[in-house]
Amino acid sequence: MSSPLSPAAHTVSHAPAPLSGARIVVVGAGMTAHRFAENLTTQDPEGSWSLTVIGDEPYLPYDRVHLSEWFATRDAGALSMNVDVWDDPRVTLVTGDGVAALDRQANVVTTKSGHQVGYDHAVLATGSWAWTPRAEGTDLAGTFTYRTMEDVERIAEWVRLREQSLGRPVRGLVVGGGVLGLEAAAALQSLGASATVVEFTDHLMSAQLDQGGGEMLRLLVEDLGMAIRTGAAAQRFLPAGDGPVGTAELSDGTVLPVDVVVFSVGIRPRDRVAREAGLAIDERGGVVVGTTCQTSDPAVWAIGECASFEGVCAGLVAPGNDMADVVADRMLGGDRTHHRADEGTKLKGVGVDAASFGDVNALSAGALEVSFVDPVNRQYRKLVLSDDAKTLLGGVFVGDIELYAALRPLLGRPLGADPAAIISPDGGGGVELELPDDAIVCSCQNVTAGTVRGAVTEQGCTSMGQIKECTKAGTVCGSCVPALTKLLNAELVKSGVEVSDALCEHFAMSRAELYRLVSDEDLATFSEVVAKFGTGRGCAICRPTVASILSTLHGGHVLEGEAAAVQDTNDHVMANLQRNGTYSVIPRMYGGEVRPDQLLEFAKVAQEYGLYVHITGAQRIGMFGARLDQLPEIWRRLVAVGFESGHAYGKSLRNIKTCVGQAWCRFGVQDSTTMAVKLETRYRGLRSPHKLKFGVSGCARECAEARGKDVGVIATHKGWNLYVGGNGGANPVHAQLLAEDLDEATLIRYIDRFLMLYIQEADRLQRTAPWVAERAGGLDELRRVVVEDSLGIGAQLEATVQEHVDSYEDEWSVTLADPAKLRKFVQFINAPGVADPDLAFVPERGQIKPAAEVDAVTYHDPRDARDAGLAGSEGAR
Amino acid sequence: MTFVDVCALEDLVTERGTGALLGDTQVAVFRLADGTVRAVQQRDPYSGANVMSRGLVGTTRVAGADGAERDVATVTTPMLKEVWNLETGEVLDSGGKVKKPLLVFATEVRDGRVLVADAPNPLVEA
Repeated sequence: MSSPLSPAAHTVSHAPAPLSGARIVVVGAGMTAHRFAENLTTQDPEGSWSLTVIGDEPYLPYDRVHLSEWFATRDAGALSMNVDVWDDPRVTLVTGDGVAALDRQANVVTTKSGHQVGYDHAVLATGSWAWTPRAEGTDLAGTFTYRTMEDVERIAEWVRLREQSLGRPVRGLVVGGGVLGLEAAAALQSLGASATVVEFTDHLMSAQLDQGGGEMLRLLVEDLGMAIRTGAAAQRFLPAGDGPVGTAELSDGTVLPVDVVVFSVGIRPRDRVAREAGLAIDERGGVVVGTTCQTSDPAVWAIGECASFEGVCAGLVAPGNDMADVVADRMLGGDRTHHRADEGTKLKGVGVDAASFGDVNALSAGALEVSFVDPVNRQYRKLVLSDDAKTLLGGVFVGDIELYAALRPLLGRPLGADPAAIISPDGGGGVELELPDDAIVCSCQNVTAGTVRGAVTEQGCTSMGQIKECTKAGTVCGSCVPALTKLLNAELVKSGVEVSDALCEHFAMSRAELYRLVSDEDLATFSEVVAKFGTGRGCAICRPTVASILSTLHGGHVLEGEAAAVQDTNDHVMANLQRNGTYSVIPRMYGGEVRPDQLLEFAKVAQEYGLYVHITGAQRIGMFGARLDQLPEIWRRLVAVGFESGHAYGKSLRNIKTCVGQAWCRFGVQDSTTMAVKLETRYRGLRSPHKLKFGVSGCARECAEARGKDVGVIATHKGWNLYVGGNGGANPVHAQLLAEDLDEATLIRYIDRFLMLYIQEADRLQRTAPWVAERAGGLDELRRVVVEDSLGIGAQLEATVQEHVDSYEDEWSVTLADPAKLRKFVQFINAPGVADPDLAFVPERGQIKPAAEVDAVTYHDPRDARDAGLAGSEGAR
Repeated sequence: MTFVDVCALEDLVTERGTGALLGDTQVAVFRLADGTVRAVQQRDPYSGANVMSRGLVGTTRVAGADGAERDVATVTTPMLKEVWNLETGEVLDSGGKVKKPLLVFATEVRDGRVLVADAPNPLVEA
């Protein structure tokens, strides 16, 4: 670790405490109130002021931007923001009691419960409320707005109860096709409801996207199963027979059956307290403020969505944060001012990407538009430029928004590259964009490229973690992290720091170099390797990397001798850690095969231990929820019926996906299952820089999706085609053809060579796709080495694989035969029979899942959770 | 504060952790390469799961108050890989999140037995 970093880059020292003894009251306890309090406490740690923050919601201030994430975790804590600020003795936080009145003569605010707080400075941060359209029936049960934590909790509860009472999935309607409306629709879907979105204008996200972008977005969300109706308004809601909302009538005459309605048609500033206090209010609502964020009364400030600046109440977090920064700075004697900035908007939490900034409709005089439209691959990219095609005025990105983070900071500046090249399908890979120092990179935290560069050159940041800590950039929505990474690396190069390919602080070389050194010197233990080439005793990055290298070079059991302490923690116990500290048990099913007698024993184990059973993404069956101390007894029963470790926990071969091939399929031209079993038997347990997945298809129909795998084998009439370097995951890549019509022996020889080259050369956690893409000479050079053996190392690569094959033993069988290794499988060394008393489960769909904080009724024993679920309505599905 | 006998030193694998139960308190006990034993709270403050003993140990170089650099022992949670100083409980890498320190329990090795204090040290201010 380098020297301690100062808490925030924008910290400035000010003249003697202008706030000495002052009483500050913030009306509202949302994100901008939090930001203001955080600024004041960190920028003036010694100040003698007192701060009272008063909010009407019954929660600690939370991250409303990520509200839709609540549906994924059901955990209010997941939305929490830095709570340290509330521990400051100068700060008092009042929740669940809103401010009712502001008396500017007496300098006192009065809360709804009658509590009075005097102030020298009052800051209005009351935010906004969700507007409900004027239509008949908007007060029926089952209609909601989408704005607060309480809203989302009530929606979830309603959908659950309504589904129970109706005995069928719930039909959802969202009125409003903006960012929040689409988030609400995705949330309804995640609750098991269907979602129809009604939008009054002619396209989705009409405030942020042009029509072309909106149409592409429609295709994308329709792919997700949403129904979209544009150019229509909700006119009337009618009750169902039992009272709650049952029907919606649209302005185009359509009548839709609905069970839940969510309104997301816009927000209005909450300015009642300010209005009644006689402060200047904009004709469209909102407390009027100038560049200092002071209202018509200099002792009263207004920030965030309740403040009207230049006639506009901004409904985004970034301008609110900037206002909070301005007020804190000014109270501490600074002269910072607020300006309108186009921050751009990005769709979150829906599962499709859309983002835009600037003049999206090219309304500026003479503006030029350059666009790329690909409805097949669901991509839309548009740049708006000044009439001389030089200055960037706006951008719209739908489907693929990688360019958004890189281009948004260039708004209003020279683009410096051919716009068509930038948005071409190749993604402008060759175009380098240099950001000016005052360009905002992170608009959530208002951090400029210059601040990030300064953090590297002045404050010595060398990693992304330090950049985040130092500048706060990238800590809110995270969309700028790729841009930050580029800046960081470019700045490191410029300041003469070679962008390090060091593995970690203990090893100054890359994984590939370390592999060669360990191999050349024939080292056999981590202690030898770290003594010879490293420093200290390693860390969670280099220890597993060295363990993996040693495993490839020497074989041996993962828990043998010193290796036991070096492996990654999943390898320690030969199981994959789950979020509550229990493990998954996933035995190998060679080529997707499993015998019925094995399945019976598997089912018995799951039944007796109360484990959750799930078909994995890799053509196997997993049991989840096994305790550390249960792993040996479970595996003893599985091994007894012929199961082996599936290495689902390791950076090694996971599975080989296959079809039934020629043996059963009437189209098959080769026996793909037998080939898959042979390959899986050969490469099982081979430790590698990242996980490995194979696929074998019995004909060109490619049912095994082999081209989405690291190694793909596809049958031809003459033999086998070999594809390499594919993967699924976050960035799917198709494997490329390496060689055609191979016989079995040649196929295996080439795979041996390919895998060993990858294991020797790749970076830690680099999968085969980027390794192939970045390897000098690309696929052609790789083909020369693997197929033509141009380096003359083929035999040696094959021999290393053969050694692994010859020494392979099933890790679980070996462990079960060794009492010393088994002694490690206890939760408490001084109480071996005791299970972790904090484990808690809840029923779900006749099985179990780990309990979350919000669950009122939980079960320590997963079998009790399951039985409770099966006894109640939970088991009905 | 009293010291509780949890196991023999030879029951611990060097540079691995194990859980131990002190009354109702769960601790994670680590035997380091230099022969010393360290103990911290078993609960990972980020995930809430009792898994710290399954984390990897290592070292990191830090500058002391006198400016001199030295290696201190670390532990990384197996859940989301935050890193702590095993001697003080201080967060060394929180991945940009709020820093949540670990409680540290005093340890002793006496006559080949490992003893752990039944109450944590006072929390060190970072």
